[in-house]
Amino acid sequence: MELFELVTARTIPDAVKAQAKSSAAQNGADVRFIAGGTNLIDYMKLNVERPKKLVDINGLPLDRIEKTADGGLKIGALAKNAVVAQDATVKEQYAVLSQALLSGASPQLRNMATTGGNLLQKTRCVYYRDTATGCNKREPGSGCSAIGGYNRMLAILGTSEHCIATNPSDQNVALMALDAMVHIEGVKGQRSVPIEEFYLVPGSTPQLETVLESGDLIAYLTLPKMPAGAKSVYLKLRDRASYEFALASAAIVMKQNGGRIDFVRVAMGGVGTKPWRSVEAEKMLLGKPATASNFVAAAEAALHGAKPQSQNGFKVELAKRCLVHALGQASQGA
Amino acid sequence: MDRITESKVIGVATPRIDGPLKVSGSAMYASDHHFPGLLYAWPVCATISNGTITRLDTGAAEKMPGVVAVYHRENIGKLYRVPPSTGFTMIIDEKRPPFEDDSIRYYGQYVAVVVAQTVEQARAAAESVTVTYNKERPNTGAKLLGTSLTTDKPEEKSKRGDTAVALSAAKVKVDEVYTIPVETHNPIELHASVAVYDGQRYTLYETSQAVVNHRDVMAQMLGVPPEQVRVITRYLGSGFGGKLWPWPHGLLAAACARNLRRPVKLVVSRQMMFQSVGHRPAIDQRIQLAADADGKLTAVQQDYINHTSMLDDYDEGCGEVTPFMYSTSNLLVTGGLTRRNVGNPTAMRGPGAVPGLFALESAMDELAIALKMDPVQLRLKNEPALDESLNIPFSSRHMKECLTVGTEKFGWSPRTPQVGSMKRDGLTLGWGVAACSWLAARIETEATVELLQDGSARVACGTQDIGGGTYTVMAQVVSHETGIPVNRIDVVLGDSSLPPGPISGGSWVTASMTPAVLAAAQNAGKALVLAAIKSNGSPFLGKKQEDIELVDGTVRLKGQGTAGVPMTEILRIANVNSVSGTGKSDGTLGASKPKFSFHSYGAQFAEVTWQPEIARLRVSRVVTVIDAGRILNPRPARNQIEGAVVMGVGMAMFEETMYDPRSGAPINNNLADYVVAVNADTPEIDVTFLDYPDYELNALGARGVGEIGLAGIAAAITNAVYHATGIRVRDLPVRIEDLLIPASQSTVVS
Ligand SMILES: Cc1cc2nc3c(=O)[nH]c(=O)nc-3n(C[C@H](O)[C@H](O)[C@H](O)COP(=O)(O)OP(=O)(O)OC[C@H]3O[C@@H](n4cnc5c(N)ncnc54)[C@H](O)[C@@H]3O)c2cc1C
Ligand code: SF4
Repeated sequence: MELFELVTARTIPDAVKAQAKSSAAQNGADVRFIAGGTNLIDYMKLNVERPKKLVDINGLPLDRIEKTADGGLKIGALAKNAVVAQDATVKEQYAVLSQALLSGASPQLRNMATTGGNLLQKTRCVYYRDTATGCNKREPGSGCSAIGGYNRMLAILGTSEHCIATNPSDQNVALMALDAMVHIEGVKGQRSVPIEEFYLVPGSTPQLETVLESGDLIAYLTLPKMPAGAKSVYLKLRDRASYEFALASAAIVMKQNGGRIDFVRVAMGGVGTKPWRSVEAEKMLLGKPATASNFVAAAEAALHGAKPQSQNGFKVELAKRCLVHALGQASQGA
Repeated sequence: MDRITESKVIGVATPRIDGPLKVSGSAMYASDHHFPGLLYAWPVCATISNGTITRLDTGAAEKMPGVVAVYHRENIGKLYRVPPSTGFTMIIDEKRPPFEDDSIRYYGQYVAVVVAQTVEQARAAAESVTVTYNKERPNTGAKLLGTSLTTDKPEEKSKRGDTAVALSAAKVKVDEVYTIPVETHNPIELHASVAVYDGQRYTLYETSQAVVNHRDVMAQMLGVPPEQVRVITRYLGSGFGGKLWPWPHGLLAAACARNLRRPVKLVVSRQMMFQSVGHRPAIDQRIQLAADADGKLTAVQQDYINHTSMLDDYDEGCGEVTPFMYSTSNLLVTGGLTRRNVGNPTAMRGPGAVPGLFALESAMDELAIALKMDPVQLRLKNEPALDESLNIPFSSRHMKECLTVGTEKFGWSPRTPQVGSMKRDGLTLGWGVAACSWLAARIETEATVELLQDGSARVACGTQDIGGGTYTVMAQVVSHETGIPVNRIDVVLGDSSLPPGPISGGSWVTASMTPAVLAAAQNAGKALVLAAIKSNGSPFLGKKQEDIELVDGTVRLKGQGTAGVPMTEILRIANVNSVSGTGKSDGTLGASKPKFSFHSYGAQFAEVTWQPEIARLRVSRVVTVIDAGRILNPRPARNQIEGAVVMGVGMAMFEETMYDPRSGAPINNNLADYVVAVNADTPEIDVTFLDYPDYELNALGARGVGEIGLAGIAAAITNAVYHATGIRVRDLPVRIEDLLIPASQSTVVS
């Protein structure tokens, strides 16, 4: 860890102004917001993050969870993962989000971790955290050590020859299935980005992971009203029973009408370089009956373009089984 | 041997006397020690695993805030090697002193060390030392069988009859290779050294499972007489064998303290824990079994290879139990070593036996399937009457009873052998069994017991309590002999200046210290009697020694039912603060002509649940029946077995240190990426102790329970995995990817 300055943001414009001076918006930023700190501090200790200045945003009024006028839900960027997971509306209307949050990390971490911090948590690629090795995400141009190395945990969808790192979050997979909107305060004022468009695939610039620019503060998320009668479910598969990132996970929102699926969202975790929504799987399901064979067809479609690495080929089959099972649960009104 | 059969304290469930200290945070672990003027050291670790240092630039680091010194090969000062020894002394696995030459032989090898005012400053400066290397290709290859060995051919470890002939003639055979990856001990307490040097003497607060050996090694390597070194480990946050012998960081801390004449603290980071403080080596084992049609074993052959480091020979000794486990007239065990660019391997809980039994007990399961025989029956059928490798009787062996009691406790009889044939609540069940064994031994021990005027006692022995309950059990032994209650007994351990005690390894501390402590307490009693008959004013003045007895902390005339005079009263009359006695006991380990074969035994039964639709396999239930002599304190004993079962779940299902093939770095070097079992993975555990005293080993009949609980667990689990899934996993750990193979494609013959 290197010496840094810690400042407290009193207002949202203060925070935006302070971070706008950062040399980079994302990887390599020398000014960082700090929320729960559960991700940032770990990487600072490893010298992967080397901010000169931390802007503490915990004093900002962004921790509320409120219903919106159109029947949706607004979740402040500083709302703790534990609070969101236990929120009555979330549990009732957006069960997939509550389940995803509770499947992640540990109670202690969830008490610290925030919605905004979780949106921006870094990959767990072991080379990203090891400054002795090459990593294009950490140090553009230094090569991707994971290709041909230890890549069991890494992505099979959305990869490039420059980076194959997974977005490890559970929360963000659920948010994909819920059509969340990310509301940002920036140098040029407010803007809103659908979560679909918020994350970037690595391409040749794996250091860029989102559309955020210097000065951008995530203020809150909104979730649209759930279609009446829709069911949602999160299923996470991993080696041990708890306290581990997903090898594969699925977030499903599904509604049936007259024996046919008339609304469906399919998202996957642990397999994509970003939280992975599968429009292909959704297309396969829409208008069809909720049968096992349709689920299998949807899973095939979802993994159609998968590119396994030396150690993670099993994720293709695992993700399929995960999807089929989660779709089954959602169809039975889990 | 004397036999103590009755006792008011031995065998009684007694809470740990160190428990309150630990839960209140007042137990002082090595790194808790702090001294005025203390400095912090942080090593610089090599970022290659094969090659040489061409340049080491400390310029930037030396100018950083708080930095006091940067040491490396040229300025660390003299550090020596220990002389080669054959006995059980002067043991260190990594024999090369740190910085001895510029060669790098494993990733993370220390190349320099920074000393600074704070730990943050030391770490930051260590990260600013720039090292240039001439890098060569490392070899951390996981495949061992078929690669070049350190010897021309594998060494013969045990042999009787002719396995080749028996194997070729056999009706039923198993011939398979079983592999175990590198496992890293990962105790929660990091290795640490706090070195204090006063210009002549070193006091070293260490994370050590063997303070006396530690002192001897450090004295040699620092080049001073042993009297000038004292090693202290009052409490240990576990070691699992990884803390048995000194490691280079301890030398670095002591050398820094020597050079600077100031106390120095060095705490190894979690990442370094994967590099330079040992691991269980990667092991390949080929097992060949032959049996006749009704299951009688006709041949057992085990050929194992384990990896070792570039400089030192570490032999895992996988044939520890194979030669006496089953009855067979033809047996061969061979072992070989192959070099890799890795830190030196070291003993890890149940070394040899634990990996050996994974292979042997997996093969026994495969044999039972080939024979269409119940796996419990197969083991019962091959129970030996004596140790056939040495032709001597077992001191006490109840293997059959372990199996039969386990069968009942587990509810084994409804088991149907067909793969996937058993269900519960929509889950497929798998039931597996394995037998196990672990050595029992005594090693040389001395102890002193002091009886004090205030009615308390003090017992001192240079052994350690590594978290297993030695403090409490030692108090119980003294209490048994003196009648003084456990809570009035002060147990002093973990200090090399005490009478030399056993290393905390091999599960032999209890068996070793028991006779020495009993003798010391008896001798203290004799000293008390002497005070009673020789002190003016004593009611026993002038009586003969042999007419006096000690009963429940009182002194009285033999044969008179009257209440005795309390010990405290005698000491008050004599006006002495205390009387003391010393006890010594000899060792059984390495005896040239042993009369008995000493071992513990057990049977492990495991249940797994299997959901093929999501490839989810969990260990749901373990029943373990242990024959480990007399259990002196059931509470910590049960705790040892339960902990071992959880560790066994980790070994079977999760644990594997991965080396990056290009850099040779143990790449999953943290507790997120090195997966161990967590609470949610803990199965329902049922522990039974048969509790047969082994009076050939000591008067209390105690053996030890530290390692036996881990032996056999991995095989019981993989055998259950096969029963549930039809997939035979011979390469640990069992991974989701192994289980994704559709059962139809695996080699099921049912
Ligand atoms: C041991 C461990 C296990 C874990 N297991 C899981 C798991 O199983 N599943 C899972 O999903 N997660 C897991 N996590 C990750 C955890 O969810 C994240 O660490 C957490 O959500 C981060 O939130 P935070 O508020 O602490 O973020 P911080 O560490 O404070 O910030 C993270 C990043 O977000 C930026 N940031 C924070 N808030 C804002 C904002 N409002 N606007 C703009 N930028 C912002 C920061 O600048 C920083 O770059 C685990 C973490 C640990 C340490
Ligand atoms: S996968 Fe991405 S994060 Fe990992 S080493 Fe390659 S570039 Fe870096």
